[in-house]
Amino acid sequence: MSNIPLIMFLIFIAITLGITYWASRRSAGASAYFAASRQIKGWQNGIAVAGDYMSAASFLGIAGIIAFQGYDGFLFSVGWLVAYLTVLLVIAEPLRNAGKYTMADVLAYRLKPRPVRAMASLSTLTVSTFYMIAQMVGAGALVKLLLAGKVTYNEAVIGVGILMIVYVVFGGMLATTWVQIVKAVLLMAGTLLLSILVMAHFHFSFGEFFGAIAHVTYHDAKGQEVVKDFLTPGLRYKPPYGPLDLISLGLALIFGTAGLPHILVRFYTVPDAKTARHSVVWAMVLIGSFYIMTTFLGFGAATIVGPDFIKTHGGTNMSAPLLANALAGSIFFAFISAIAFATILAVVAGLTISATTSFSHDFWTNVIHSGTERKAGEEVLVARISAFVVGAVAIAIAIVLGPTANVAFLVALAFAVAASANLPVIVLSIFWRRFNTVGAVSGLAVGLLASIGLILVSPSLMAIDPPTVTGTARHLIQAKAWFPLENPGILSIPLGFLGAIVGTLISHEPTSQHKFNELLVRSNTGLGAEKAGAH
Amino acid sequence: MANAVKNPEVVQAKQYEASQSTWDEIAESKAFKDLMATKRIFIVPAFVFFVVYYFALPVLVGYAPQFMSTKVLGQLNLAYLFALSQFFVAWVIAGLYVRAANDFDRLAKDILNKAEDAKGGK
Repeated sequence: MSNIPLIMFLIFIAITLGITYWASRRSAGASAYFAASRQIKGWQNGIAVAGDYMSAASFLGIAGIIAFQGYDGFLFSVGWLVAYLTVLLVIAEPLRNAGKYTMADVLAYRLKPRPVRAMASLSTLTVSTFYMIAQMVGAGALVKLLLAGKVTYNEAVIGVGILMIVYVVFGGMLATTWVQIVKAVLLMAGTLLLSILVMAHFHFSFGEFFGAIAHVTYHDAKGQEVVKDFLTPGLRYKPPYGPLDLISLGLALIFGTAGLPHILVRFYTVPDAKTARHSVVWAMVLIGSFYIMTTFLGFGAATIVGPDFIKTHGGTNMSAPLLANALAGSIFFAFISAIAFATILAVVAGLTISATTSFSHDFWTNVIHSGTERKAGEEVLVARISAFVVGAVAIAIAIVLGPTANVAFLVALAFAVAASANLPVIVLSIFWRRFNTVGAVSGLAVGLLASIGLILVSPSLMAIDPPTVTGTARHLIQAKAWFPLENPGILSIPLGFLGAIVGTLISHEPTSQHKFNELLVRSNTGLGAEKAGAH
Repeated sequence: MANAVKNPEVVQAKQYEASQSTWDEIAESKAFKDLMATKRIFIVPAFVFFVVYYFALPVLVGYAPQFMSTKVLGQLNLAYLFALSQFFVAWVIAGLYVRAANDFDRLAKDILNKAEDAKGGK
């Protein structure tokens, strides 16, 4: 393999470091550091949300699942977009109107700030670090494959980790935003180009393309040649539990996306709720177009490259890069690889800043020091230090786990916690007058514990491996799974709501009811909402 | 811009503060109740519709795969077309919401102006 992929990686790194340098001179002060002075334009924030959201799991993962399991993979694509309707209709505007930097700001209006912020911060840190570890392990394995023979897994993990620390420590939210924008533009361009090349391969005839999808030929586990119609549902989600798992996944996406801390913080970077609304729409246009194009990426890889070839050349995650190689050669392979790299960096930077914002703003300033900075700039300083710590911890865990670790469940876990812990308490605090502190804390705790507990006994972590599987690739508990679904949402989301409702009903807190009117007016009118920084 | 950013105190605009009775007054006012009703009339049906429409997909695909495999347009089956339709339905709902939200903004603006006038500020 030539040096071209490496050169393209270095070009991207140089551009993003340039952005970070530029941003570092504009990141003094809390509002500038945590929220880019709230001066990001609607369309810019929309592109950044798309860049924050579309991880390597979507770009490489979904293309790979479609390439191997056809239609069922495309079902992921649908859920990842439709989820934004919850963000648009229910969450984005009230959050922007009533909050400052984190989701806990909204809860703290009418509830007792300290317990609520402590719990919300714990939940945020859980979601962000789990998601980050999944990304880091994936990144290491991927960069090692893409730059075959040039870097090891450990070097790749350390490299990605250091870059994300640099963006966040020096450039804050402004640098993170622009890294995400550059990545989203690259990702859309690369995907569009790849889609056009796939259609060109089929002489721009949809009849020919879908005809090929209906007859994908490959060898199954026993070495038998099989021809399958890849548009048929059921290749991945098989009875008896498959359909239920699919519904459970849908629930986690629809309710979880609107509770992902790294997505929520993006709405604080715009001047007002109306701009937040427009940025969701921009994001939906980009995200939707991207996921429709996974049709070309995934089915293109299945028909043009073929599952047999992909399996022996790096596995499912390499489907999109191998497709690029088959269609336009090694330079295009390098370009698509660099996009995958950019994709990972933009997402981990977003996760880092949301984790550090929550730690320093919610936990340090508001829980430990009762809401006041002891000296000016302390909150930002703590955030910078915690970004460094979070990054270092993520690097260490990713190295200990190693490239073959079974970490895919961490993404499902992040969505499950977001859907079962975060979303119920945000929604109830905005819409339910009776809701109170005990309800919020118990809702967050039950949602968090139910998600983690159910995943622990799900087939993702509980299964009997053959002796050939070793180390961290083995399932944690070697026994038959107690809970049959990989996605706990169908049970953990109702449990989260139940925890919040029961906790509320068994306790009495008059102030939270009195102050409901204030939150109701603020979140629905924008009265007193945080303003953008001076021009 | 550079000056303002260097001084964090300038950037952080003062929060709007008001007494409990003011908040209650606004929340009980006809203008605010109209705003909430206008929002509810759009948001509740839109939310219910998209949730039902979305979950029809995994339910049908999961429990009626034979039916969803029916080819309707060349090789294209119901399952793929229904999945594809989800994208367009989501975009249409988003578009309708943005249109409806112009009304919300207008109603909210009146409440805002009144509240800030009452403060005697701007």
